This record gives sequence, C-alpha cells and structure tokens, in this order.
Amino acid sequence: MAKIDKKAFPFSKQWLDDRLALTTVMKVLNTEYWIPKNINFLWAMGMVLAATFGVLVISGIFLLMYYVPTVEGAFDSVNYTIMTEVGYGWLWRHIHGIGASLVFLIIYIHLFTGIYYGSYKRGREMIWISGMLLFVLFSAEAFSGYMLPWGQMSYWAGMVITNLFSGGSLEAYSFVEWIRGDYVPAQAFLGRFFMLHVFLLPLIIIATIVFHFATLRLPHVNNQEGKEVDFDESARLWKEGTVESRKKSEVIPFSPVFLSKDIFVMGVYFILFFYLVFYNFDFAMDPVNFDPADGLKTPAHIYPEWYFLWSYEILRPFSKDVGLIAFAVAQVALFALPFIDRSPNVAPASKRGLFKYWFWTLLVIMIALTALGKLPPTDPVFAAMGLVFAVAFLLMGPALYIITKFEKKIEEGA
Amino acid sequence: MKELKIFGVVAFFSLLTYYLVEPYAHHAMHAKFDAQGNEIKIESHGFVYDGTTEAAASAVAISDLEYKIGKEKDAKLKASLEKKLTLAKDVQAKKATFWKEVATIGQLTGNAKAGEAAFASCTGCHNGLNMNMGGVIPPNLDHAGALYDENYLIALLKDPAMASNVDHKYADTMLHPMGSIKGTMSHQQIADVVTYLKEKKAAEPTAKTAFMEACVRCHAMRYDKVTQLGDIPKTKENIKTGHDIDAMKYAQKVAEEQATLAGYMGKLPPDLSMIIRARSEHFMETFIEDPQTQLPGTSMPRVGLSEAGYEKVHEYLMDIGDPSKPARDMAGPWVLGFFFIFTILAYLWKSHQWKDLH
Repeated sequence: MAKIDKKAFPFSKQWLDDRLALTTVMKVLNTEYWIPKNINFLWAMGMVLAATFGVLVISGIFLLMYYVPTVEGAFDSVNYTIMTEVGYGWLWRHIHGIGASLVFLIIYIHLFTGIYYGSYKRGREMIWISGMLLFVLFSAEAFSGYMLPWGQMSYWAGMVITNLFSGGSLEAYSFVEWIRGDYVPAQAFLGRFFMLHVFLLPLIIIATIVFHFATLRLPHVNNQEGKEVDFDESARLWKEGTVESRKKSEVIPFSPVFLSKDIFVMGVYFILFFYLVFYNFDFAMDPVNFDPADGLKTPAHIYPEWYFLWSYEILRPFSKDVGLIAFAVAQVALFALPFIDRSPNVAPASKRGLFKYWFWTLLVIMIALTALGKLPPTDPVFAAMGLVFAVAFLLMGPALYIITKFEKKIEEGA
Repeated sequence: MKELKIFGVVAFFSLLTYYLVEPYAHHAMHAKFDAQGNEIKIESHGFVYDGTTEAAASAVAISDLEYKIGKEKDAKLKASLEKKLTLAKDVQAKKATFWKEVATIGQLTGNAKAGEAAFASCTGCHNGLNMNMGGVIPPNLDHAGALYDENYLIALLKDPAMASNVDHKYADTMLHPMGSIKGTMSHQQIADVVTYLKEKKAAEPTAKTAFMEACVRCHAMRYDKVTQLGDIPKTKENIKTGHDIDAMKYAQKVAEEQATLAGYMGKLPPDLSMIIRARSEHFMETFIEDPQTQLPGTSMPRVGLSEAGYEKVHEYLMDIGDPSKPARDMAGPWVLGFFFIFTILAYLWKSHQWKDLH
C-alpha cells in the first residue's frame, strides 16, 4: 500500500489525495490538459455536443416517468398525458425533440470541421473512428426514439427500415420478423425499441463518449493550421506563469481557459436551442406523426428525419439490390476516411490544393442528397437529380484517394 | 474577423439545408398538379359559398379530360374518356345553375316570423336528442345563425347534397339523410327560415359549443372526453366490484353509434384531438371550407362554417391540440432572457481568460 498520512483529517484535501489522487486527476483532466491556442469556435462543438447529450438525458428521464410503452397507450401518453397533464411536460418534450434534431446538426458541423482541418489522420485515426461510432450509435438512438410516440411516421418508418433487413433479393423475411418479433411492427417491436432507446443504447453511447475523450489524450486536439505543436515545451512555458511565457506558449489548459470559450459558445447555442423549443419546434416534430399509427393507411410520403435523408436518398434512386449495397457502402464509407486520404499533410482544406474542391463538393453533395431525400421522387427531375448525386457521393471515395495520392507535401513554415 | 466569417459559412449551409428540407420540401410534397403538370393552387375563399370552388374543380376536371383525350390513341379508351367529359360538363352546368338559383334566393327578403313557423318542421330531426337518422345524428341548430354562412344555409335547404358538395355520393341510389327536403320548400320559405336562423339562432357560441354543433356528431375529441354523442357523462364504479356499469353501457352506445356512422361514411371519421398538429393551417382552412379541394371524393360534407364560425372551431381545436401555447408564450421570453445574460457573462469571462494570450 502507498504511503498514507495517518494524521490527515478525514475528507480533507490530503486525505482525498492519498486515496484518490484527486489533485493529479484534476491536473490530468483539467488544469494540465493542454489544448492548442490557435483554434476557433468550431473547437467548442465537442463540449456543445456533450452538453446537448446531457440535456437529452435529463429531459429523457422526465419523459420516461410518464411514457407508456404499449401500442394502445404510447400515442396518448406522449400527446395527452405529457403535453396536457404533466406540469411542464410539454417543455421536456420540446427540449427532447429539439435536442434530438440539434445534436445531429452539431454532429455534422463537428464532422465537417474534422474533415476540413484534416483532424482524422496522422495519429488521430482513433479519434475519427470512435467519433464515427458515436454517429452510428446516435443514429440508432434517434431512430429507436422516433418509434416511441407510435404515430403514423413512427410506424411506417419502422416498417420501411426493418424491411431493409430482408436484404433485397435475399428475401430474408424471417430475419425481418425476428427483428420485429411479429409480422408487422407491433407490441414486441415497440417494447424492444423502447428498451434500446432508454437503456442499452444510452449505456453504450456513454461508454463510447468516454472512449472518444480518451482517444484525444495522446494525439491531442488539432489546431487551425494543422501544426505539430511541441506540447511539452509549450506546457513548460505556460506553467512558468509569466505574461511573456504564456504569450509564447502555443497551448492553453482545458480549464479554465479553453472552457471559458466553450461556455460562451454554449451560451450562443442555447439561445438558438431555446428559441426553437419555444417558437419553432414543428420542424423537429413531423406533422404526420401526430396521426396515430394505422397499419391500414400508408402515408402519401414516408421520409426519415432530416439527418437521415442523405443516406436514405442513396438507397432510393437505384434498383432494390444496388440501392441496398450503395446504402451499406455509404454507411461505412466515412469510417474509412483516414485510410482513403493518402496525403501526408495535416492542414486546413484551403491549403491542400484539389482537396479544397473535394471538401466543398462533398458538402454540397450531402446537402443536395438531404434535400432530395425529402422531395417526392415521383417528380422525374428530382428522381434524376437523386441518382446523379447518389452516384457522385459514391465516386467521392475513389476521387479522394486519387487526389490525395498526388497531393504535394506542404513544407514547414510555407 | 475570421471567426465571424467561419460562423457565417456554417450558418449559411445550416439555413440552406433547413430551407430545403422544411418549407421547400413541404411545398413540393403537398403541391397538386393537373394532367399537364401545372400546379393547382388551393386557396381559401374567406368561407364564402357561391360555387367558386366547384366551378374551379369542374374547370380542372374538364381541361384534364380534354388534354387526355387529345393524347389518347386507343379508340375505346378515347370513347370512355369522352363519356366522362360529357358527364363532367353536365356536372359543371348543374352546379352553375344551382348556385345561380341560390344567389336569386339570396336576393329575397325573408320574414323571420314566417321562418319560425316553417322551422317547426325542422325540429322533428334537429332536436338535440342525439338520435341517429339515416346514418348520422342531425346537428343541433341552436347557434346555426352564428356558425354558418347565409348563402350556405340557403343552398342547404334547396339541395343538401349539392350544398355540402357531396352530390357525387348520392348520384346513384343512396339518399341524403336530409334529402327529402329537396324541392319541397318554396324560395320564399327558404329565405324565411334562413332569416329566422340568422336573427334568432345567432347567439355567439363558445369555442367548444361551436365544435359540438358543427363537428362532433362525426368527430370525437377524446382529449376533451368528447365522443360522437357529446361529453362523456360522469359515472361511478361499484366499489365492491371495481366495475363501472354505466360507463360500460355508455361505451357500448358510442360503439354502436360509431358503427352506424362508419357504415354510412365509409370509414369512421378521425378523432380530432391532435388534428391541429397533424395538418397545416392552410390545409385546415381550405379543407373545412371545401373538403373536396384537398381530398377529392371524400365523403366528408362541407359543413358551411362562416369565417367567424371557423375561427370558433379553430380556437377549440387549438385549446385541445396545443394546450401549452399560453405557457410557452409566458415562459419563452424569460428563458431566452436568461440565456442572453448567461452569454454576456460568459463572454466577459472568456475575454478575461484570453486577455493576455496573444
């Protein structure tokens, strides 16, 4: 056993340090967790996401107290009990709905930031992969949550998405039934997705968030120029403590300096968040889902929430089997980004030649796919555009490989 | 400043995406087109009933058929389309004549006293007793003068199926439950009864009363404990058995009424507790003004609400379907104010922390 100061007063600083190494923990996680100084507000998106996840957990706990996971009771427990009878139930529901939508907006901003600044390679591969894992987990969490109000869109989205598991021409309908626990989405289906949404997936998400934080520790956070910072030297300069040495240091401690900026960005973000909660929440609560689930009445348009639209549109324009394969490729393609990108440079896209155009093209393609995913494919113009952009998305992978293969190394100081 | 530029780029792409998946996609999804691909704009006419929507619908149907006939090569199909065209033109002419006659009756001066006497024969059915007659419960008319448009009431007394724009439903053998009135009243009598309703049955209803008189015989409102038979009566359970026999009996009565109604309408009309969240404002307005514009062929009759009547019904739908609105309006500014101050303080703290760093 380690040396312990036997005279230390119980729960005093010394006493806790002897047992928990509290001072060291605070240093490692806060005051001596070094972040590069050369960053912009996009570097706050991680903490904004953590805060949004916290808000989702808290609002979810309140909703869980009154939600009834049965096909007879679900719709009314959400739309009547929570909205009418529970004090401020509407507020928790709006926060949960808006949070679910905004968390994806921030995830996408976070993700495109990573791509733009090349923060996924040269030692940062695991940050990217764990982040993509979180994206998939959040997607599953969002989808399972969308089933719970048991409205028309819950039911039919559940029908369409579980149908995908029949594997096109494989016609594995028994597999689909196994997932649903019934021939169609019904009680077993709702119960399963309820369990996934409120227990298993949040548990895995929390563990993966911890893992995502851990992956940052060794390679450190990237900076605006992609510069390789000498963290030891900069940390030494910071700890010297004079104004001059701190100016010279290229890093800041996570707490309080980096955090002070994060919290300011969070403030701005929560103004938007609560503006939407009070005054513009319809976009996060689709009108179709205010009609109770009805297995005999297919809605005219079935579409997922906005954050799934781009991958949905990759599925749609092709024939059944090709669409499924394209869809599957699109789901995993981004995981492989660090290995497709062959460039030696970690630098913002603006400095990386053709990669700059690749980045903006990818953004435009994904926004176009998002829009087309909701537009009626019965319109021949939309259908044709859907096909063009879906093919373009799939070609972006090989294009990246070729572009980055020939990318010139940027000399230090250039 | 660089950060503001970056923020501008992020905001631009976020708002662009929002515009595309929300206003633009919803517009594209709900747009209606004629056979030539021209968009048909469905607009509200201020709850005035003079045959305008019928005329517009006929015009589209006729031009669609003419376009299809022009393109059809198969002689047999062409002949059947031409038959449809003749029918459509018949309907157009019939409706135009009907609404012209309604306008003529509108010119007459009605006598409320004479109208009251004639109205006595109406109370045989319109008695508020919740008795199903011919498929549906006749509506209570206590506030009819305030709820319904004058022209509509005239049209209804002249020919109920035409007025409610569901004449296609009764084209063959089926009889409108109020169809016996057709052609039995003189124009002067119609004017008298409508004048009577407009003068003596025109007390302003509450929002709920408006719904109860105009909608409830078909549409339940379970979030307000309202069924097709009206408010659910308070009953007591037997404390020894835990069963509430009166509630069971009432539930059975409702189930029977719903079965009759569903048989008559083709399906059970939906509960409207959440309809205000499920449909847009524009849909509600145009649909209630004339259900055929949004759902061609629907068996829902036009109920003939005036603008004031619609506003009452709408108010009730909002009360039940979106009850948190007052609380939102109250709490919103406080929460936003809190975050404004929070953000200002956070900015000051941040400036302090970053003061000497560069």
